Parts: sequence; structure tokens; C-alpha cells
Amino acid sequence: MILVNEEPLGWHEGMTVRDILRARNYRFPMLVIHVNEVLVPKKDYDTTLVPDGAAVKVIHLISGG
Amino acid sequence: MSQLVFDPSKVMDIDYTQRTEYLEGLEAIKAAHKVLKEITYAPSLPDKGYTNRTLYVNVGTHEITEKPVTQQMKDVFIGGRGFGLYHLWNAVKPTTRWNDPENEIVISPGPVAGITQYAGTGKSLVVSLSPQTDIPIDSNVGGFYGPLLKFSGFDALELQGKSDKDIILFIDGVKGIIRIEEAPTDPVDSHVLAEVLTHMYAENEKDLPNISVVSTGAAAEHSLIGMLNFSFYDRRRKCVRFKQAGRGGIGTVFRDKRIRALVVRGPKVAGDLNHPADPETIAKTGIKYHKEIRENDGTQCMMRRNGTAHIVEIMDAYDLLPVHNFQFGSHPDVHKIDSSYWQQRCTQHTVDGCWYGCSMACAKGADGLVLRTGPYKGHMVTVDGPEYENAAGLGSNCGVFDPDYLLELNFYCDTYGICTITYGTLTAFVMECYQRGILNKERTGGLEMTWGNAEADLEMMHQMARGEGFGKIAGLGVKKMKEHFIKNGWGDPQLINDIGMENKGLEYSQYMSKESLAQQGGYALTNKGPQHDEAWLIFMDMVNKQLPTFEDKAEALYYFPLFRTWFGLNGFCKLPWNDVVPADNASQPEPHKVPEHVQNYVDLFSATTGIKITKEDLILQSAKVYNFQRVFNIRMGKGLRLHDAAPYRSLGPVTKEEYESRAERYDQQIVTEMGLDPAGKTTEEKMALHREWRTGRFSKLMDSVYTRRGWTLDGVPTLERLKELGLDAFPEVVDVVKQHLS
Repeated sequence: MILVNEEPLGWHEGMTVRDILRARNYRFPMLVIHVNEVLVPKKDYDTTLVPDGAAVKVIHLISGG
Repeated sequence: MSQLVFDPSKVMDIDYTQRTEYLEGLEAIKAAHKVLKEITYAPSLPDKGYTNRTLYVNVGTHEITEKPVTQQMKDVFIGGRGFGLYHLWNAVKPTTRWNDPENEIVISPGPVAGITQYAGTGKSLVVSLSPQTDIPIDSNVGGFYGPLLKFSGFDALELQGKSDKDIILFIDGVKGIIRIEEAPTDPVDSHVLAEVLTHMYAENEKDLPNISVVSTGAAAEHSLIGMLNFSFYDRRRKCVRFKQAGRGGIGTVFRDKRIRALVVRGPKVAGDLNHPADPETIAKTGIKYHKEIRENDGTQCMMRRNGTAHIVEIMDAYDLLPVHNFQFGSHPDVHKIDSSYWQQRCTQHTVDGCWYGCSMACAKGADGLVLRTGPYKGHMVTVDGPEYENAAGLGSNCGVFDPDYLLELNFYCDTYGICTITYGTLTAFVMECYQRGILNKERTGGLEMTWGNAEADLEMMHQMARGEGFGKIAGLGVKKMKEHFIKNGWGDPQLINDIGMENKGLEYSQYMSKESLAQQGGYALTNKGPQHDEAWLIFMDMVNKQLPTFEDKAEALYYFPLFRTWFGLNGFCKLPWNDVVPADNASQPEPHKVPEHVQNYVDLFSATTGIKITKEDLILQSAKVYNFQRVFNIRMGKGLRLHDAAPYRSLGPVTKEEYESRAERYDQQIVTEMGLDPAGKTTEEKMALHREWRTGRFSKLMDSVYTRRGWTLDGVPTLERLKELGLDAFPEVVDVVKQHLS
């Protein structure tokens, strides 16, 4: 189990940041993502593994209007 | 997560120079014009962003005078919306209403407006007493008029009085002539009128881009929701295009004054006309930003391809797209009107900025639309847009997913002079009333206002433009429709009030706020009404969970409305602030504020005016104007806590269908937020629990926000706050507040 924006999400072996985005249907292109307080660059979303128990912050920048 | 990739092979092959032309009768229209008043004046260019004079025109008495811009005006009100509110305050009394002669329309671009080195610097703010809200409305608009007005010599234009004839105000900023002309036979609707006037007042073909026209259309004469079109000449398409000052019915005021159009002829635009104090810093800041757009836009919001419509599918994915009068947040047919479609339908590879030098270029256009209804049936037109608000408001919120009908609705809104946001929200309200039996065919005069019935929707709009039938009632807006339906006994008053999405008399713009308390405040705790240009906090609050406490939400509802206000003081567009961000923005301490861009704005203001400011000063500048506007509202008999009340549809689920569409989420909130067990309770019982909880926390949010803003719990700025901001220098302002402080 991991926490994504303070809400639980099931974890699986080999889970990447990209998997989290898919699971949550996070489609907004301007995100700031931290895994256990470490910033993940956009180019590394596919390759960055998320450990079990991680606290993940997916900050969506302001949109709208 | 799928990132839309632009596929040039799918772009429709439409000749964007082809459209129906309207110039045949130009000479006869011109010959019918009669000069009522003409004066000469000395044109001048700005110095450090200011011309230091404003123009006053009374369209009733034909008085034309100049007024000086004082140092106090610059220090307290900056420009743009600030100048508009200042002039309007001095023009009206507490008893003045929108259709009184003393009401004004003030157009002011702001000190930075008109530079060409940075994106999004051609905006004007239009201020007037609103027919919908009875308080000042401010509307932010692109196009060329504001900058050309300034380059003709004026920091603002005040329009007062009422004419007994249709008139045109022409300002020739090259020859130094200001003329009021009677215009007895001019076309009524914007797309015809602006094309005719642009060619009428241009001296030759090369002069066409130096002309800008402000106009409205037929519906503004018969409704309270009229807007103003500000034109800009599109050299590639060889046509006039528009940006809109949409909100609050300023177009209605315009026609009530019998103004047919404003026309300015400015000097040929060049990069140095604003005469900034430090042109090198402006150039350097602009180059850095253009590079950022060029390098980053393709992997971020794709504004250059899609414009603001890029968020249609994003709002849908996050359950935030208004569907069926804000009942639901997504719809399976959204793909028909999302950006993957508009990418193909809007002309690409052309210049789509609404002011020179805007590399964001989001002013997309759909060419080659052949109209299917109305007075221009069969005509081929270019549609400005669709913007997100139009796709969501005219589209999903009314259940219209046919893109050509959506474009036609968009086109007619524009040419008739109707605010698309307002029209979308009021039509969605009408359709839900139809669904629930509050309205029926008899009450609508035969219009079958079912979800997605675009033909009935268009017919209602044509009726509005003709001043006939149910269209005329709809044109009063949601607030007055609610009163009308209730007065006639056409349904449950509470249901009507719950589902009519207006606050202060203004219709909500197109975002679902039900699941974000901060956004509920972002809409309702505004000065002018529920427009998203003060604070858009849904992601921060609902998705990111960045605002867990009332104090956090209040801080966001302090900072962002002030930050956003500042754009309208200076002539900036909001979009370049956050619709593209620097590559290293993620590593900044407050990435959601886009700190590098905030610094850009600080630098641009300082470099223009020569007055060094900090990012904290920026907020202070806004706070002066924002609080002045709040006091202005109070002076007009509004502006208190009770006027910030929100319709329940914006706070929570009104109907069973709404509740059950999100039952898991809502049931869970009964457990986690209320400490109760939803098991065994009926949907109605659970809805009642939610209403109590949601209205209670909204009330608590009001307390928190008012306190943070330095206001009483009734929403009145305190004397201490006025003093902090230097507004105690205005005895009239202090007097208004004193009457409301015990």
C-alpha cells in the first residue's frame, strides 16, 4: 500500500510513477511529483520505481481560466 | 496518462481566407453617417507606460474632455481595472442603476499594456455598473482597442450619458481627431459591423491592422447579458476577429447608451511605443519567455495548438467538467468536443495572438463554418474559438456534443453580443427546469429545451436577438428567471434556487466546485460574482490536498485573488502566467505560484514604470484596488456576507441522481467527515446530512476568508485594513465602511 496525495493506493512489485498516474487517471500534463519527498523529473516517470509504503505527492499546477 | 500528440495529417483542409463578405453596402452606410461633434486634440505616446491623461465622452451631451491622471491615481489604482473603478466611483451615486445616464463604461489598458516583447500584454479592463448584479463589473478583454487607445494618447476612456440616436465614437490617434457620428444604417451584429467599420475608417489596406472596433450585437438590446467584442485584424485570414469583454452585461449598457460602436485608429504598432523606463530588461525578459514557450509548450498544455480548449478532456477526467447544469462532472461523449477534435478543426500554422508579440498564440479560430440557422443561414464564417468556457458551457453543460452546433452557438453568441459563459449556464438551467417539469413546451412557447437539443437552443438565442418569446425571458439571466418561475408558481422554490447557478446575479463559469470547498469560495467570495479569474483552486484543494485546513484555504483565497487582480491593473493576460512553466519550475519551493513568472511580472512593471517593486508590493497594489471594489459594492447596497451566498448546486448534490452518481464518495464522507454511519439511511436522509455539513463548512470558510482579508465577519473591510492600504485617504470610502461597523 502507498499513499498518493494522502489517499491509499494498492502497491505492486515494479510499480513506477507512470503506473500511479494511470491508476489515478491523472492526465494533466503539468505535474510536480515527489516520492518520499524526492522530486522525480518528468523524463523519469516511466523508470522510477515506487517502494511499498511510499508517500507520493502528485502536485497538479493551477489550471483553469 | 496519455499526452495528446499533434498529428498534422489530421488537420482539416479548409481555406482560411474564404468567408462571406459584407462590404457591399459600405459606401451607402458611410454616406448616412452624420457628424454630431468633432474636436481636434494632440495625440501623444505613453511615457513609462502612462499617457497621463484620460478621455471623457458624454454620448448624451456630446461633451468631450480630457482629464489628467494624478499621481494618487497611479499610486493607488495603477491602471486598468483600478482606473475603471476610480472613474466609476466618481461618476455614480449609491442610487445609480445600470441604465441611468450617469452610469459609465470605462475602458483602460494599464501601464504595461501594449508592449510587444512579452506574451499576453494587450489586455484592457472594462468596468461598468452591471445590469445583472447592480454592482461594478470588471471584464478582461484582448484585442487591439485598449493598446491603440493608449497609443492614441489616453490611459482610459470614460463613456457616460445616453444618446437619443445610434452613434459611433471615432478616435483618430494619428490625425488627432475625436468624432461622434450618428450611425443610422449601420449593421447591428458584430461580425458584419466590425468588418464594415474597419474598412470604413482605415485609410488603405495597410492601415487595416491599425483599426480596432468595440461593438456588440442584436441580443444586447433585448437582454441583460450583452457583451462587448473587441476586434483585432487578422492579416493572414484577412478578416476581423474578436475577443470578448463578456461578463456582467456591459454590452447591454453599451446599447442602452445607444452606442453602436467605438472605433480607434492608432499609429502603426512598434516595439517601443510604450516608452518604458528600462527597455533592455523588458526585451531580455521577453526573449527568455518566448524561448520557454517554444521549448516547453509542446509537452505541457499545447496552448499554441489547442488554446484554452486543451483542458476539456482534463476537466472530464477529473470529474470537473460541468455536465447537465453542473449535475455531473464527466460524460462519455466528451471526446466529440475535446482538444483532439479542435486540433483538427481549428486552423493551424497561422498567427493566433490577440495582441502583437504573444507567442502563446491561444486565440484559435475555426474557419469555414457554414451556418445552419438564423439570419445568416448559409453564410460561411470564421468562429473565434472555441475557448474552454464555450466548449464546456455551450457544450457539455447543455448536453450539446455536436461540434458544428457548438461552433454555431459560439458564433451567434459572439455576433449577437451575448456572453458565452452566461448563455451556457442559463441555458443549462433552462434545460434542467425543462427536465424537472418546472418548464414545459407551453411555458417556453414551444421550445423543447431537452438536453442536447441544439436547434431549440439556437432558436432561443435567435429569439433573444429578436427580443421575442421565451428567449427574451432567458435573456434576463438566471437570477431573474428564478424569480419569474417562482412568482408564476412553476415549481418548488427551493429546488429552483438550488439549481440556478448564479451568485450576486452573475452566472457561474464552467467548473464544478462541488468537491472543492476552496473553489466554492473562489467563486462566491468574489467582488463581481462567480468568475474563475480570481482563484482557481480545485487542483490545489481537491486533488493535491494542499489546503487541508480552513486557514490554508483562506490563505489561498487571500493570495490568489490579489495576484490575479494585478493582471487586470496592468494589461496582462493570465494565461502566460501558468499555462506554460519553466523547465525547472518543479524544483521551486512554491511551484504552483510559478515563481519565475511572478518575478517576470515584477520586472516588467518595474522596467515599464521605473518604479521598483517586489512581489510583496505586487500583492499590496492589488489589495488596495480589491478592497476599494469591495467598499464600492457596499456603497451600492450589496457587498456583504449575505450577498456572497452560494447556490447549493455549487456546494453539494441537490438531486438523488447527483448523489447516487458519486454515492461511494459521499457515503465515505458521512463516515470520515461527519462521524456517522450511512448504512440503512435513504438517499434523501444522506443528502440532508450533506447539506447540513456542506453549508456549515462554507459558512466557516467565509469566516476564515473574511478574517484573513481583514474584513469583519459580515464581509466589511475594517478601518484598520483601510488604513493599512492607504484607502483612509478617501473620506467617502471610510464613510461607507463606518456605516457598517458597530
